[in-house]
Amino acid sequence: MTRTTFLPAFHVSVTNGQMAVRDALKQLLDGLKPLALDVEEAGTVELVMAEALNNIVEHAYSKGDTVGQIRITCEHGRDGLRMTVMDTGRAMPEGQTPVGKAADIDVDLCDMPEGGFGWFLIKDLAKDVTYQRHNTENQLNLRLAVAVG
Amino acid sequence: MDLRSRSEESLQVVSVHDSRIDAAVAIEFKEAMRGATNNTNDTVVLDLSEVQFIDSSGLGAIVAAMKQMGQSRKLALAGLTPTVEKVFRLTRMDSVFPVFPTLDRAISELKT
Repeated sequence: MTRTTFLPAFHVSVTNGQMAVRDALKQLLDGLKPLALDVEEAGTVELVMAEALNNIVEHAYSKGDTVGQIRITCEHGRDGLRMTVMDTGRAMPEGQTPVGKAADIDVDLCDMPEGGFGWFLIKDLAKDVTYQRHNTENQLNLRLAVAVG
Repeated sequence: MDLRSRSEESLQVVSVHDSRIDAAVAIEFKEAMRGATNNTNDTVVLDLSEVQFIDSSGLGAIVAAMKQMGQSRKLALAGLTPTVEKVFRLTRMDSVFPVFPTLDRAISELKT
């Protein structure tokens, strides 16, 4: 069956801070409730967006930058959810997103990686990931192939 | 971070009574795990059945908890909910930890 109705686009805006990511994710998932996503799809949305937002809080902004805003726009279409995430923090190193290759886990216990999974998860689960710097603003675009029609 | 620890059948069971292990609590989780596991040499079973969401920071904290327990002790995971299972599967960390569908299965298979 072809989907004929789509969720209207909506925005989420939070101020950078310790609970900014949880707050933004809650607002985002509340906004997606009319789509009645199953646990698999909702988990994909929450995981990808958590990683994207954690990166902003930890890298684009850092301790001391308490006033930065994070804005998310979510648009629903035939090919899923198109997310735009904007912040006014530091630019990505070298103007692009990390490659996001899988962490090497065939190593001794003491060398087991404790990080570096975030961009791997984003690029594994999301489509059409692009990043642009506009003046003082970072813009990350990605598509989540859920609630497709 | 609410962790509860108990002994059962020569194992130590640590249950997470929180719905999220994410960046906001990753350091707190790692320290709570240190407190919960440093008085025993038993195998530890981490009961994740109440945890609905984990991100890469939470995953890193569980890896750190395993590393701080040392080479000679095992950390097993039990009761992974769908999104938690997804994170472990995609990162292949499900091949690093013994993973059991339920706490009961973990106890029955790991007890000595």
